[in-house]
Amino acid sequence: MIDVRNVTKRYGAGQGIHDIHVRIAKGRITSLIGPNGAGKSTLLSIMSRLLPMDAGEVSIDGLNVVQTDSERLARTVSILKQTNDINVRLTIQQLVEFGRFPHSRGRLTSEDKQQVEEAIQYMELEPLRNQYLDKLSGGQRQRAFIAMVLAQNTEYILLDEPLNNLDMKHSVQIMKVLRRLTDELGRTVVLVLHDINFASCYSDAIVAMKEGRIVREGPTNEMIDSAVLKGVYDMDIPIHLIDGNKICVYFS
Amino acid sequence: MRDHWKLLLLAALALGLTAVFLTIDASGDWDYVLPRRARKIGAIALTGAAIAYSTVVFQTLTNNKILTPSLIGLDSLYLLLHTVIIFVFGSSAFTAIGKHEQFALSVILMVAFSGLLFRMLFRIQGRYLYFLLLVGIVCGTFFSSISSFLQMLLDPNDFLLVQDKMFASFNNVNSDILLMAALISIAAVSVFYREFKYLDVIALGREHAVNLGVPYDRTVRRMLICVAVLVATSTALVGPITFLGLLVANVAYRVVGTYRHSTVLPAAILISVASLIGGQLVVERIFTFSTSLSVILNFIGGGYFLILMLKEDKT
Amino acid sequence: MKLAYLWIAFLALSIVSLFVGVTDLRPWDLFSMTEQQMQVMLVSRIPRLVSIWLAGIGMSVAGLLMQQLARNKFVSPSTAGTTDAASLGALLSILLVPNAPPLMKIAIAFVFALIGTYAFMRILDRIQYREPILIALIGLMFGSVIGAVTTFLALKYDLLNSINSWLNGDFSVVLKGRYETLYLSVPVIAIAYLFANRFTIAGMGEHFATNLGLHYRRVVSIGLVIVALVSSVVLLTIGSLPFLGLIITNLVSLYRGDDLKSSLPHTALLGAVFVLGCDIIGRIAIFPYEIPIGLTVGVLGSAIFLYLLLRRPSYA
Repeated sequence: MIDVRNVTKRYGAGQGIHDIHVRIAKGRITSLIGPNGAGKSTLLSIMSRLLPMDAGEVSIDGLNVVQTDSERLARTVSILKQTNDINVRLTIQQLVEFGRFPHSRGRLTSEDKQQVEEAIQYMELEPLRNQYLDKLSGGQRQRAFIAMVLAQNTEYILLDEPLNNLDMKHSVQIMKVLRRLTDELGRTVVLVLHDINFASCYSDAIVAMKEGRIVREGPTNEMIDSAVLKGVYDMDIPIHLIDGNKICVYFS
Repeated sequence: MRDHWKLLLLAALALGLTAVFLTIDASGDWDYVLPRRARKIGAIALTGAAIAYSTVVFQTLTNNKILTPSLIGLDSLYLLLHTVIIFVFGSSAFTAIGKHEQFALSVILMVAFSGLLFRMLFRIQGRYLYFLLLVGIVCGTFFSSISSFLQMLLDPNDFLLVQDKMFASFNNVNSDILLMAALISIAAVSVFYREFKYLDVIALGREHAVNLGVPYDRTVRRMLICVAVLVATSTALVGPITFLGLLVANVAYRVVGTYRHSTVLPAAILISVASLIGGQLVVERIFTFSTSLSVILNFIGGGYFLILMLKEDKT
Repeated sequence: MKLAYLWIAFLALSIVSLFVGVTDLRPWDLFSMTEQQMQVMLVSRIPRLVSIWLAGIGMSVAGLLMQQLARNKFVSPSTAGTTDAASLGALLSILLVPNAPPLMKIAIAFVFALIGTYAFMRILDRIQYREPILIALIGLMFGSVIGAVTTFLALKYDLLNSINSWLNGDFSVVLKGRYETLYLSVPVIAIAYLFANRFTIAGMGEHFATNLGLHYRRVVSIGLVIVALVSSVVLLTIGSLPFLGLIITNLVSLYRGDDLKSSLPHTALLGAVFVLGCDIIGRIAIFPYEIPIGLTVGVLGSAIFLYLLLRRPSYA
């Protein structure tokens, strides 16, 4: 369980996040949704210790993210931000191998190699594995970074807009991979999503944010509701049931 | 595995050049020639290694292959120190103040200066490393303004002494000081040896490094101290060589074609030592000492930097 | 800050400047000047005042133009290779045509400054890095590369000391008959003022400028010529004034914004006021001796620049 208590982070005038309180259940996919500037990425960065907070506490499986040794945390939680420019020239294979660093400190054991192999297969990157990242398309690169996170093999996986840059096919592919990780391996996934239909179709719970605060949280079924979404986005969003999925039609 | 061969080849090149350097034109006068040349080789190897190591590490920390730590104003500080000594005490006292004291004073002053810079700037979040460089350069201009004013007031003989200090020279290295410098450099590298394994990951940038469990801020801080000590020591030993590091780090990356520091660092060190020995041979045998090695190196290194800049693709 | 205050400071400091010096001269002496006082006034004090104005205005306007065109607040003639290239040109002019008249030397320095500035802009165009501070670093490194060439040549021909003292900013060498080349910068600055709007638009980028029907390349070229010309004239007549083009513009943009038309007069006046102030400090501090302007501007300029940097870490 990820336990966020009274977390506050201030930027400039009125921005940032204020007194956030939320618990994220284990073994589920939880989506963070909300309009631009709601503080979703900030919250995710704080949960993953990338960003220091001004007040409050976050613990993951009882490990306080500020006090716990960073290396210990890296075996429990992984984070992938939306922009991943790196200045080092690496192949996909080499990048994914970095995911094993918290376990092996750079000396790969046969178990590490197997994990890397699986991550590459999961993301269907075998044909590209020896290509350099700077020669890939945005979508391929994004999949490579997700593969690295998979190789890290952590209980908790935090992703900041992982579907950025991806076409429909690969977006669906990644959501299905995340689904399998939770259903088969019991992993916990927290992700920031912009398209609420992806949140609706693939996540178990939704946390909705607005202006640095949590507006509402709950199971997906309760959250995908015209009244709730109206409170989050200030839009009238009709919802239709198609093949058992709730689809938001926000093109008015 | 091919990288191992490349490293061996580079090592052979460096050793070969060393052998040539030690034996060329010795005309049987071994007792006189060998110790002097060995001392020179020692200074060259130490400086070359320190510059290569500090630049490669610095580029990893800044996530940027076109920077070098010599930029933070240490060269100007070194020159200012010597200008002030000559200005205040005159040339006679300059030679009277022991070389040991001068060396120690330079090292202490430069490490203190970089320490101060780092301390001041570690309170600031964000892109502090570029920022640090800029502040260093501004301080450098500050120092050189004062130096050049003092230099204008010096009489021509004293100015010649200052002029000597403007350029790195391997010709008059004292063996005690060489030993001292070697000990300091080895200490700096070994104290922070435990951070070495994080370098590959730090090259990915802060966020990835933190995600992968690297104690990022601590490691960067420690490695910066190491870099500062190495640059200060090598500058105090032979004088400023601004662009050598830039040259050898980039050539090293090109030669070995890997990102792994365990390969890139030795390659950079070997290339650095080999080019210093080769350069010194050229200066001594072809130019017969009429120009300074550091001037040639700045010239080549700077030119390479320009080519690097102009070839850089916009992505 | 009102322009009027700057004018007041400008006039006050100008008057002070006229009456500071070894030869005793008081404002009330004006109407009963001795032959000798008259001489001092005409040969030394007034030329000095005028050259301070021109150098201060010229370098800050050049800095402003350059920052507009490079779209970067950390770029200025002394941080982007212009001054270094001009120094190289100056050195070559001594080496190749030692007896050439000053104008010839300026022309050579100008050609080098223009090439250097153009090369830097070209680097800017092609480089993938966008962080403003990094671009400033690249400019400074570019400058030191050119500086290395100058040093190499100066060392070889034993000119290091003389070129250093020649190019170190110093107004005490200004006498009637030895500063007039500075007037070259007057028409150039006037052009800068006339074209101000176009430079503002060009500063918003090539696409933006083209969209507004501006001949982008031509405007940029004119800007670079102005920058190179002013820099080399000031460098060869007075010497280098480190960071002047950088701090003045940054101070002005803090309270005035970046529209060239409205910030140009402020920049020009503040530049003159700053150099006047530095010059007076340098003349009073160790009276009857004098601290050269290069040092006062270098020291005060670095201090102000550091302050600007530290005040706003994310400054850019």
